[in-house]
Amino acid sequence: MLRFLLTRLALIIPTFLGVTLMTFAMIRLVPGDPILLMYGERTVDESVYQKLKAEMGLDRPILVQYASYLNDMAHGNFGKSITTRTPVLSEFVTLFPATVELSLTAMTLAILIGLPAGIVAAVRRNTAFDHTVMGASLTGYSMPIFWWGLLMILTFSVWLGWTPVSGRMAVKYFIEPVTGFSLIDSYLAGDWSAFKSALHHLILPACVLSTVPLAVIARMTRSSMLEVLNEDYIRTARAKGLPPWRVVGLHALRNALIPVITVIGLQVGALLGGAILTETIFSWPGVGNWLIESIRRRDYPVVQGGILLAASIVMIVNLMVDVLYGLINPRIRKGH
Amino acid sequence: MALLEIRNLSVDFATHGGKVRAVEGVDLTVDEGEVLGIVGESGSGKSVASLAVMGLVAANGTVSADRMSFAGHDLMKLSPRQRRMITGRDAAMIFQEPMTSLNPCFTVGFQLMEGMAEHIGGSRATLKNRAIELLDQVGISDAETRLRAYPHQLSGGMNQRVMIAMAIACNPRLLIADEPTTALDVTIQRQILELLLDLQRKRGMALILITHNMGVVAETAHRVVVMYAGQVMEERPAAALFKTPRHPYTAALLEALPERSSGKKRLLAIPGMVPGLDDRPQGCLFNPRCPYVAPACLSERPPLLAEASGGVRCIKPLAAAAGSA
Repeated sequence: MLRFLLTRLALIIPTFLGVTLMTFAMIRLVPGDPILLMYGERTVDESVYQKLKAEMGLDRPILVQYASYLNDMAHGNFGKSITTRTPVLSEFVTLFPATVELSLTAMTLAILIGLPAGIVAAVRRNTAFDHTVMGASLTGYSMPIFWWGLLMILTFSVWLGWTPVSGRMAVKYFIEPVTGFSLIDSYLAGDWSAFKSALHHLILPACVLSTVPLAVIARMTRSSMLEVLNEDYIRTARAKGLPPWRVVGLHALRNALIPVITVIGLQVGALLGGAILTETIFSWPGVGNWLIESIRRRDYPVVQGGILLAASIVMIVNLMVDVLYGLINPRIRKGH
Repeated sequence: MALLEIRNLSVDFATHGGKVRAVEGVDLTVDEGEVLGIVGESGSGKSVASLAVMGLVAANGTVSADRMSFAGHDLMKLSPRQRRMITGRDAAMIFQEPMTSLNPCFTVGFQLMEGMAEHIGGSRATLKNRAIELLDQVGISDAETRLRAYPHQLSGGMNQRVMIAMAIACNPRLLIADEPTTALDVTIQRQILELLLDLQRKRGMALILITHNMGVVAETAHRVVVMYAGQVMEERPAAALFKTPRHPYTAALLEALPERSSGKKRLLAIPGMVPGLDDRPQGCLFNPRCPYVAPACLSERPPLLAEASGGVRCIKPLAAAAGSA
C-alpha cells in the first residue's frame, strides 16, 4: 500500500509539469494583449506600454518567461493579477469556498440520488423503474450544460418564480465570511433568513451541476451492481438466509462500489469543468467565473496560477480516491 | 417421516427464446441422516433442483411442485421471510467454486459469523469462539489467525473448508453439496469428501451429494438418483444401482467409468450430448443416445415406474434387478 501510494505521489510531478506547460502555452496562443485589453477603448502611450510590459516581464524571451513561471510556482509564488493587483493566491482562497460549496452540494446530490437509483435499477432490472432511470440518465448525460442551465433558469426562475436567477445570497444580507461557505456562515451567524436565501440561491446551480455526475454515477452503479449480483458469493450470501437488504446493501454494494468510486473521483475533475460553465450562467462568484473573466482579460498570472491551483485540487482528490479504493478492496490493500 | 419430500418439482426459466424447463417432474425423498447421491451430466438439472429446495433459483426462474416439504414445513407455502429462517439454518448448501463463492471484500471470520448472528444470535465473543471451533472442526489450523484472513489469501481447498464451516455453523439437518470437489486438486478432493462424510456421520445430518462422478457416489451414497435432461431416470440404493443398473443411461454412465473398464481396449463413452433446454427430443429424452432404442421410445415419454427399492423411467428396463426387485 505504501509503495502504491509513493508511486502515485511520484506521478504527480509529471502531471504538474504538463499542466503548467498547457496553461502557459494556451493563454499565450490566444490572440489579444493584456495591456491593450486593460486600457480598452482608451489608447495607451507607447512609452507607458513598454514600461508596463517590462514590469510584467512580458518583454523577455518566451522560454525565460516559462522558466521564471516554473520557478515562481515551485516557490509557491503565484504572482499578482494584472488587473486587480492582488495576489492570485489570496483571490483564489477567497473565491474557492464558493466553488467548493457548489461542487460539494452538486456531488452530494449526485451520490445521494445516483447511487440508490442505480442500485434499485439493478435489482429491478428491466422494469419500468429501470428503464425510466436509465432513460433519464442518458438524457442528463447528453445534455449540454449551458443549454440545460438556461432551460432550468427559464423554467424555475422566470416562469415559476421559485428560485433567484443568479448570485449566492440576496443583496440585503451581509454575513461575515468565516468559512467562506454561505450556508455554514449564515448558520453560524444565526441568521435564519440569510441561510434560507443562501439555500435558495444554491439549489438551482447545484442541480444543474449535478446532472452529469448523477447520470454517470447512476449508470455505473447499475452496471456494476448487475455484474456483482450474478457472482457466486451473492448466491452464498443468500444461501445463508440473510435478508435481501443485507445481501444487496452489504455483500453486493461493497464490491460494486469499487468501480463507482473510481468514476466519482474522475467526476470531480469534470465537476470543476462543469462549475466553470455553471458559475458563468448563474453569476456564481467562484473560481470558475473568476477564471473565465481572467481569460477574457488575458490576465496571465491569474490564468496560469488559478488553473494550476484548480488542477492541484483535482490531483489531490484523485489521490484520495485511490487510497479509498484500497480501503474498500482488500485485494489492493494487502498487495497482490 | 422423510426430512425432505418433493413431488413433481419443475423449474422453468423465462428466456428471450421463451420459457424453458430445466427441471421436469422431479420426485425426491431424503431421510434424516441419509446420504443421497444425485448424478448426471452437466445440464441434467441436478443443481437447479437443489437450488429450488434452497429457494435460490434466479429471479427469472419459476418453481412449481405438488409438494415440497422440509422438516414438517411446506416450503411452497412459506413467506420469503419464513423461508429464510430455514435456508442457512436447517438446510445449508455449498458450491462448486470455493474461490468465487466467498465474498472477496470481507474476512473469513465476518462471513462465518454473520450467518450465526442471523439465525442464532449471541455476543461477539460467543460467535467468535464458535467460529474458531468450526474452523477447527473442518481442519483449518491456526483458526484464530485465519478468521482475519481474506478469501484471496487462502487456497481453494482451504476456502472450501471455510464454506463447509459456514454451512454447518447453525447445525443444519440437511447439507446440499453441489459438486464440492470438482474445482479442486485431486489430492484435496479426497480430503474434502472425507471431511463431509465425517461431519455427516458425527452430526447425523442428511447429505445430498451432487456430482457427475459415479466413483464418488459409489463410495459415499446410501441411495442414488440419476438425472438426465431435467428428469429423474433411475433411483435406487447405491449397491443395487451399481450392481444391476436398470436404465440404459445408468448402465452407460457405469460403462464409462475407467475403474470398471479394466481389460477392455477402449473406454466406452456415451455418443452425442445432453439435449439443450430448448431442443428436447420427442418421446424418451434419452432416445437419441440410447443403444436399445425402440419405436415406442420415439413417440411417448415414459413415466417413472415404481419398483420395490426405487424407480426407473424406461419402457423396457435392463435385466430385472436381483433379489427384492
